[in-house]
Amino acid sequence: MAVQREKMVQQATEAPPEQMLYGNLLLVASIAGIALLVITFLLYISGAVAPHVPVEDLPKLWGRGVDAHHYVEATKAPVGWGWFSMIGKGDYMNYLGIALLAGVTVVGYLILLPAYIKKKDGIYSFIVIAEIVVLILAAAGIVAAGH
Amino acid sequence: MLEFIPVSAVAVTQVASAAPEAMTTAATAAGASSATAWWVWPLLLFVTTFILGILAVLAGVGGGVLFTPIVGGFFPFGLDFVRSAGLLVALSGALAAGPGLLKRNLASLRLALPVALIASTASIFGALMGLALPKDIVRICLGLTVICIAFLFIFAKSSEFPKVPKADALAAAMRINGIYHEASTGKTVDWTVHRSPLGFLLFVIIGIMAGMFGLGAGWANVPVLNLLMGAPLKVSVATSKFLLSITDTSAAWIYLNAGACIPMITVPSILGIMLGSFLGVRLLAKTKPKAVRYIVIIMLFFAGIRPLLQGLHIWE
Repeated sequence: MAVQREKMVQQATEAPPEQMLYGNLLLVASIAGIALLVITFLLYISGAVAPHVPVEDLPKLWGRGVDAHHYVEATKAPVGWGWFSMIGKGDYMNYLGIALLAGVTVVGYLILLPAYIKKKDGIYSFIVIAEIVVLILAAAGIVAAGH
Repeated sequence: MLEFIPVSAVAVTQVASAAPEAMTTAATAAGASSATAWWVWPLLLFVTTFILGILAVLAGVGGGVLFTPIVGGFFPFGLDFVRSAGLLVALSGALAAGPGLLKRNLASLRLALPVALIASTASIFGALMGLALPKDIVRICLGLTVICIAFLFIFAKSSEFPKVPKADALAAAMRINGIYHEASTGKTVDWTVHRSPLGFLLFVIIGIMAGMFGLGAGWANVPVLNLLMGAPLKVSVATSKFLLSITDTSAAWIYLNAGACIPMITVPSILGIMLGSFLGVRLLAKTKPKAVRYIVIIMLFFAGIRPLLQGLHIWE
């Protein structure tokens, strides 16, 4: 009886395979994201890759009275996924690492989904699907702020 | 590696006292923002966030809760850009901590997933409200919130193993429970939660505040999970950290899509706070810096007063 309980406890305290996979994904993505940020930022500030907004203009554009809407208007900066078409510019190149960091959670949830479906855990399968939808809606830029 | 770091109470205090200096330098330079060479700002941001990263770990608070009020109040940046960077700073920290918490099974997915769905949905609305509301209103609300957080840090208690006589009907139906192994005592503890409906409701408010102010939300997650719902403290802290990686993701996308992310502000902040946290963890192993927590609380008061007075046009 005690051995059985010990086995149950060990199983319950160990992370399930899908959780381990999610953890590994976060590890790889966070290292890759930070490495990308370092490389692209160095390319940006060194002037090796020309930016869309000249760096010396930035202090005039990011001030306290300025909001995102005015910055976008003043610099003709892209909104939504428009940055992807400007990936060759030094400033928007940095979005690669940022998007990787902000996008990895959806992939993590896609890893979790088959496991919950396999366990026939209806509530958690629904929760995982709903979260994927929420994150995709947010990332897709379908919901946006008015001004 | 640890031997290279001069660890002493004096060193910790020096780091802590350097933070207000960096804030003052930034505030002074802010007056002549556009006249200052562009490269001063990422450098100053990197130094400030590096110090904040160390202090956050030593004081046991999240980086986001320090970043947004301090950088928003003392640097010459628009609030949208700071909040966007604040969310990404908190998100990066959560992603970096996530693998360890998940693999050691400290973060509970059964507790995190329903709460994350509520908080991340609410954080989208928070972000939309934050971008749409007049900035003075946001500044006043941010200031009041940060001052309340400072009080929360002073008065909030925590309970290592809260008593949960019985799981509520919702928690029982969703099987929100687990077995937690406490490595320090070698004991295993069966845990579940209660008062789930109220807890879930509070995560709507937490999500809205996280998205609106770009603060991260660990300061609110842990008391709700631990004190209200009754999850063990370590499970609450770990689950809260993992939660941030989801809550802040959805809000961060709203700011990114609105064009509020300026890499010259965001990238040095992320790198500075991560490097600072890395060093902070190493310092933490050898120090018990209770004094640092009080310094951080005082900094939070000042950091809260600044946007409050800015919003009221008393201290521009």
